[in-house]
Amino acid sequence: MNERIRRLRRLSVEAEHTLSIERALIETEFYRNNYGKYSIPVLRALTFLDLCKRKTLYLGDDELIVGERGPYPKAVPTFPELTCHSVEDLRILNTREQQRYTISEEDIELYAEKVIPYWKGKTQRERIFDHVPSEWKTAYEAGLFTEFMEQRAPGHTCLDGKIYKIGMLDLKKEIADQIEKLDYLNDPEATDRAEQLRAMDISCNAAIVFAQRHADLADELAQKERNPRRAGELKHIAEVCRWVPAEAPRNFWEAIQMYWFVHLGTITELNGWDAMNPGHFDQHLAPFYNKGIADGTLTRDQAKELISCFWIKVNNHPAPPKVGITARESGTYNDFTNINIGGVTANGSDGVNEVSYIMLEVIEELHILQPGNSVHISSKTPDRFLNTACRVIRQGYGYPSVFNPDVYVLEMLRSGKSIEDAREGGCSGCIETGAFGKEAYLLTGYLNVPKILEVALNNGVDPVTGKIVGIATGDPCKFSDFEELYTAFQKQLHFVIDHKMRVSNYIDRMFAKYAPAPFLSVVIEDCITKGKDYYNGGPRYNTNYIQCCGLGTVTDSLATLKKHVFEDKTFNMERILKAISRNFDGDEVLRQTIINRTPFFGNDDDYADGIATKVFDDLFTAIDGKPNIKEGGQYHLNMLSTTCHIYFGKVLGATPNGRLAEKPISDGTSPSQGCDTHGPSSVIKSLSKLDQAKSGGTLLNQRFLPGLLQKDEDITKLASLIRSYFALGGHHIQFNVVDTATLRAAQKTPEDYKDLMVRMAGYSDYFNDMNTDLQEEIISRTENQDF
Amino acid sequence: MAKTNMMADESHRCSGIVFDIKRYAINDGPGIRTTIFLKGCPLNCVWCHNPEGQSPEVQKMYSAAKCISCRQCVYSCPLEACSLTPKGIVTDKASCTVCGICAENCPTKATELSGLSLTVENIMAILEKEIIFFDQSGGGVTFSGGEPLMFPQFLNMLLDACGEKGIHRTLDTTGFAKTEILLDVAKRVDLFLYDIKMMDASKHRQYTGVDNSLILHNLKVLSQSGANIRIRIPLIKGINDDQRNIDETARFISTLAGEVRVELLQYHCIAKHKHQKLGQEYNSNGMIAPDAERSNQIIAAFQAYGIPVELNFSQVESSS
Repeated sequence: MNERIRRLRRLSVEAEHTLSIERALIETEFYRNNYGKYSIPVLRALTFLDLCKRKTLYLGDDELIVGERGPYPKAVPTFPELTCHSVEDLRILNTREQQRYTISEEDIELYAEKVIPYWKGKTQRERIFDHVPSEWKTAYEAGLFTEFMEQRAPGHTCLDGKIYKIGMLDLKKEIADQIEKLDYLNDPEATDRAEQLRAMDISCNAAIVFAQRHADLADELAQKERNPRRAGELKHIAEVCRWVPAEAPRNFWEAIQMYWFVHLGTITELNGWDAMNPGHFDQHLAPFYNKGIADGTLTRDQAKELISCFWIKVNNHPAPPKVGITARESGTYNDFTNINIGGVTANGSDGVNEVSYIMLEVIEELHILQPGNSVHISSKTPDRFLNTACRVIRQGYGYPSVFNPDVYVLEMLRSGKSIEDAREGGCSGCIETGAFGKEAYLLTGYLNVPKILEVALNNGVDPVTGKIVGIATGDPCKFSDFEELYTAFQKQLHFVIDHKMRVSNYIDRMFAKYAPAPFLSVVIEDCITKGKDYYNGGPRYNTNYIQCCGLGTVTDSLATLKKHVFEDKTFNMERILKAISRNFDGDEVLRQTIINRTPFFGNDDDYADGIATKVFDDLFTAIDGKPNIKEGGQYHLNMLSTTCHIYFGKVLGATPNGRLAEKPISDGTSPSQGCDTHGPSSVIKSLSKLDQAKSGGTLLNQRFLPGLLQKDEDITKLASLIRSYFALGGHHIQFNVVDTATLRAAQKTPEDYKDLMVRMAGYSDYFNDMNTDLQEEIISRTENQDF
Repeated sequence: MAKTNMMADESHRCSGIVFDIKRYAINDGPGIRTTIFLKGCPLNCVWCHNPEGQSPEVQKMYSAAKCISCRQCVYSCPLEACSLTPKGIVTDKASCTVCGICAENCPTKATELSGLSLTVENIMAILEKEIIFFDQSGGGVTFSGGEPLMFPQFLNMLLDACGEKGIHRTLDTTGFAKTEILLDVAKRVDLFLYDIKMMDASKHRQYTGVDNSLILHNLKVLSQSGANIRIRIPLIKGINDDQRNIDETARFISTLAGEVRVELLQYHCIAKHKHQKLGQEYNSNGMIAPDAERSNQIIAAFQAYGIPVELNFSQVESSS
């Protein structure tokens, strides 16, 4: 790390998280003056253009890659058109202990005066909540599922290599051609397409204007700059910003700046989930790197410095804060950009190149919160790359996570992608599979699968709220065998999922209608050709995911009932239901018997694993292939929990597997915390029994004690463990390399552990930034050790 | 593992008592391994890490930390051998027949039996589940203990069965066995992890209970047979880290046939809780590894003899 990077890093890490009301003020004013004059897509594009023209620019000392969404690093705008923070929300954000975003009292007053009154009754969130059926609300409030799109826009998107080959001016030409081709005689949607295409064209202009303003600012600063070296850099920045994004990048520097402008554009236009993502960034940069090295215009060190600058830029952009219940679901500053490193190319060859190795070096040296990063290990990936990645994993930052292209390409082929599109795809956010640059793959919300079993065990009633949230499936005490119980669970599952889908589809339409994303649509393949928005089926592929949580908890609970109630008759249904209704109070013997005498998921035991497979297959059947009403789009199954397993645990009573009320449910597809007692190889064997290619991603957390990764030999053994899992069809695995003593010490004296980063879900977070529930959940995960 | 599956086979030759099985074992030979710990050892090392591996009999183990004082064992014992005291459950050893009923009824597994009778088939079923990891990593099975050479018939059957499946076989041994037994077993072993505790015969007797002449003789003969050997030496301060012992050890190793690597293992006292679980005295209190400086001198001493040597912090140990 050179001095420049050290300074930029320090600034980024130490900057306070603040709320900026500038975007809300500009947008509100624009809406006030213009709403009703234009079609919605054009209004959205003009709003974006106005923001690009007027927002405060930031160009800091030392910077080589330029542009911020807010007026300075870590200043986060609000998006009142989607969900408008109340004065109370803002005050809470300003004062809460964790994930705090500071805002001045002056700004809060200004917000109350200028922003809040205008949006009352007009926000996306209100539009949604005013229209959903009351049964949905009851189930939502009971915590059977969450809804992703109630306050952030659908996003979860990645780019392919398009923007490195053509610039905004080329895209404008493509748009103009499409407008030319519109068939007003025969196409009833021609007018809608025209409006959408016009909006896309305006948003290209916006991106160019935004860059030009940076060029002007850089020139201005260059003139004032006394240090000739910095003045030269500023002049070069100006030159870069005059060229991209209007034109296709010509070199390494321009390629990174090109992406960064597109990134900023999409996260300024809307606050889509998972920010934005360059996808296979190392592969996109490789041709520029090779050319620069070959013609002597770039050195490896310069390339590394520019990549470091980019990394810090992403770190400057924390997640926009949410309001209400979802604040509990995902408490992190991380906005889930997940750089894919390695993998395969579109023609199926190995994608690892020198830039991949540089990125691993940058990750290790900077070790900052964002961007998230992952290595993609296909059967063609060289061992050297995997071993290098494992050495970074050993550092204990929780990243890179590790993905298996051989399986996710299969997942994409199964869901109808072409082989090239599948190979250019990868995983974004946490573990979500998608065809980069060509697919809208939206997460619609998490599903609390153990809660569904709880509802089945209570004949359709949620015992925590006492409300009817499911359907009547019979008194479980009268079930004569396990099949009857399982059928009841299955029925509830289908009921809840259909319930959720109906509302998700409705919300989808609301976005297509009221909050289209014309700029995002420009960079995603087929939106221009179709003349359709990203949210309206414009992309080549349109997927809605439902993320199912708690496979371990539900499996272990079903295994408990199957074995003890129906087979061994250790106790009857009344007994266990009574015990869980009392949170096992006074029944520790029963609880311990369950915990210690039941085959649980994650131990390579077919008894439990067979149940997990059955549940997984049933989730698949209930979800996969259902239409999502967007241009032939479908629902698919996803198995991630992010931090929702903590929230879902909070709303869940004690479960038959001995888990106490309010404790977290199992995360992702990981076994229940502490229930995998046979080591990581058995966990892998259990997980590989799930036909993961049917999913859009699974998530496996493993916690290793540092002692397991001391020697170089240990690194290659870890690499072999990963290769084994991937040979068996695993989608993803990630590691925390930290011991309990360190985590406990960090809880006691957090000031001594400011840098301690751990893997939470599909992302890493600072241990200090996690609330106690999240911290305890990490600690409760099985420590794999060797003696 | 369901206990009912593990009942002793009629024929004693094809079953043995196993006290632990460790998967993803990464310190017991090359690659990712599964280590099978056979119960019973002719040595009685003061510093033993696996005291539950010394007796060839099934033993009762009790962990007060896991006990919730529910008295299930007290109620279930047909011989009334268990009683609850302020210190936890106490078993009257005179009347206990180690029938295991208390362990079966213990909800928390505070009371457990150490040692399950497993057949060759049982063990192969466990190992076959791990073959993907062996294949990917160049790993395999390690038989440890206790002393596996105490059960040559069972061990040979296991080694043959592994050989048929192409599983790499490592034997972790004290070398204290009849020479012909060792050489017969050696035909089926791909790598030996062979312990040398110390060179002085009387000290060896004092600390391990047996003479070392057979161990050293066997090692010599084994090396001459062309076996692949890695020698492991636990380093314990004040017991075997003196210059004289190190020099003698290195000199002896340098006379062995073939290339023999040495792995020095830093002693760490972790077995105390196991002795407690067995209700035994713990005799190695205060034992520690030599410091870093001394360890480096020891490494240098081996290197001076041209012996490849590495220092590790881990030892073969069961996890029970």
